[in-house]
Amino acid sequence: MKKECSILDYCVALHRNLQSVYSFEFIYMMIAKISIKVAAALMLSILSFGSMASHDEGHEAHEGVHANVSHENGGPINTPEAINEYKKHHLQDSHDFVFYTDGETGEHVGFPLLVILVDNGLQVFSSSKFHHGESVAESNGNYYKLHHGKVYKTDAEGTLEMEHGHPHNAKPLDLSITKNVVGMLLTSALMLLAFSSLARGYKKGPIPTGFARVLEPLVLFVRDEIARPNIGEKKYKRFMSFLLTVFFFIWILNLLGLTPLAFNVTGNIAVTVCLALFTFIIVQFSANKEYWGHIFWMPGVPAPMKIVLAPIEFLGLFTKPFSLLIRLFANITAGHFVVMSLIALTITMKAAFGPAISVGTSVLLTLFISLIEILVAFLQAYIFTMLSSLFIGMAVVEHDHH
Amino acid sequence: MYNLIGAGLIVIGAGLGLGKIGGAAMEGIARQPEAASKIQTAMIIIGALLEGLAFGALILGK
Repeated sequence: MKKECSILDYCVALHRNLQSVYSFEFIYMMIAKISIKVAAALMLSILSFGSMASHDEGHEAHEGVHANVSHENGGPINTPEAINEYKKHHLQDSHDFVFYTDGETGEHVGFPLLVILVDNGLQVFSSSKFHHGESVAESNGNYYKLHHGKVYKTDAEGTLEMEHGHPHNAKPLDLSITKNVVGMLLTSALMLLAFSSLARGYKKGPIPTGFARVLEPLVLFVRDEIARPNIGEKKYKRFMSFLLTVFFFIWILNLLGLTPLAFNVTGNIAVTVCLALFTFIIVQFSANKEYWGHIFWMPGVPAPMKIVLAPIEFLGLFTKPFSLLIRLFANITAGHFVVMSLIALTITMKAAFGPAISVGTSVLLTLFISLIEILVAFLQAYIFTMLSSLFIGMAVVEHDHH
Repeated sequence: MYNLIGAGLIVIGAGLGLGKIGGAAMEGIARQPEAASKIQTAMIIIGALLEGLAFGALILGK
């Protein structure tokens, strides 16, 4: 938890810095620079958070998976169970990057990633040692085995003590560079490149050149359509860094999820929890006296009502970020699920309609849904940013007293 | 079993709500086309709130 606190302090300090900058030409530069810093901070905390939170999440996702492990072993995917297994496998984070698995030979095409475990000191090794979950990895005399994407401590034979379908072995703290972490690092690198070039452009002159011309309208969109109307003319500036970062972070990750790289980062509940937590913390720490007054002692209603309203309003503090995180998670997960289901039509429809019709239908429907998903990718980033700024606006608004 | 029925009921309710919002927004835009962008923004916000409710029900009820 110590890390979260220091990042929070950092954010608050950044916001204070921004407050003192009012020069209009420089504001873009500052925004770009600071959003990069916040992106790094976001990323760092997600790193530490993601693997912790995903421990719990894994349990729910594994019901009834044990009957079929053919995909994990590289077998052909041609039964409904194998298709479901494949979907679940895709929606999860993984310790290696598999682009393609040969159904006949069971060969995986992809590359391994770094595994970092906190267990008797730091254990760092390549995930190729797991052989895609098929074998036991050894590191400094400790043995580890992958079971449905989670690392368990085991012995040299790789025995897992199963109980109710879940292994009872100890789970070391997993800080691995998983597929999702690679996605976030990639996004951060892209943002760093794009926005530092945008910031440098404003040093040369007021008109951006090259790719910055694409970025400027987007930054202006976030400022004029999202931050200004919702937070207010006076106070929007110090929240711009956060809103811009969160907007581009979610948008780029959503779009990356639609590429064949198939990241499912924003469809991972640990990541969305972390993003919503940032909004929650920023709202609580920028809230003014009137906001707290409206929560604990609602003005303008009779005293008994005030007592009834206080717990409801207090609960509202938590349901707002909760709905934020559920919305993003569920939308992206549902989108990936639909795309995969439509691709799976090639298999499920083949027996009844033959290969030509099943593939044709699948391609058409997948194309259609993918186009909608591009819209959804933007819309979810927009809505997350919009609602964040709405919640911030509610917290900082100054009421006129008549 | 009952949680699934409950989730279904909530999704039906959210669907009805979304329909109402969409219909009202359409009427509003038809009456005042110049306010279309403002109406759209408000529509998307309320739609998103409803959607959050529906997804929450789906996930909690699963």
